[in-house]
Amino acid sequence: MKLDGKKVIALGERDGVPGPAIAKCVESAGAEVVFVETECFV
Amino acid sequence: MDPENQDRIKGLVDTHGADHLVVVLGAADLESLEVAAETVTVGDPAYVGPLAGVQLGLPVVHILEEDVKEQVDGGVYDEQVGLLEMTLDIEQVREAAQKFPGR
Repeated sequence: MKLDGKKVIALGERDGVPGPAIAKCVESAGAEVVFVETECFV
Repeated sequence: MDPENQDRIKGLVDTHGADHLVVVLGAADLESLEVAAETVTVGDPAYVGPLAGVQLGLPVVHILEEDVKEQVDGGVYDEQVGLLEMTLDIEQVREAAQKFPGR
């Protein structure tokens, strides 16, 4: 899946990779982040 | 997945169209991954949120997948995910990602 030019929904998790970290990564790949969330799965 | 988040995602699909969107997950817990991936593709498996019975069919990838990592700037990836990459069970996550709906 090519991320460049895509709009990304970054759904992170507290015990995994958090949303903001995903956002920074995909932005460097040329994607636009439209939603960032870090879920807490219990 | 939180019903509020389901509602936000539904709104984003209405605004941008499913063709332009990609969901990038970061969860390490397999059950959590499965629920999130199902919710944005075939609908809320718990049948409680706004995406119950709604098949958005969004493409889903995981930030720890090799194909995704290759597209990210190496320095940024190391800074944001590097430490987690060493502590999380990456193989387990990558295996789960291969079974996301729509693959």
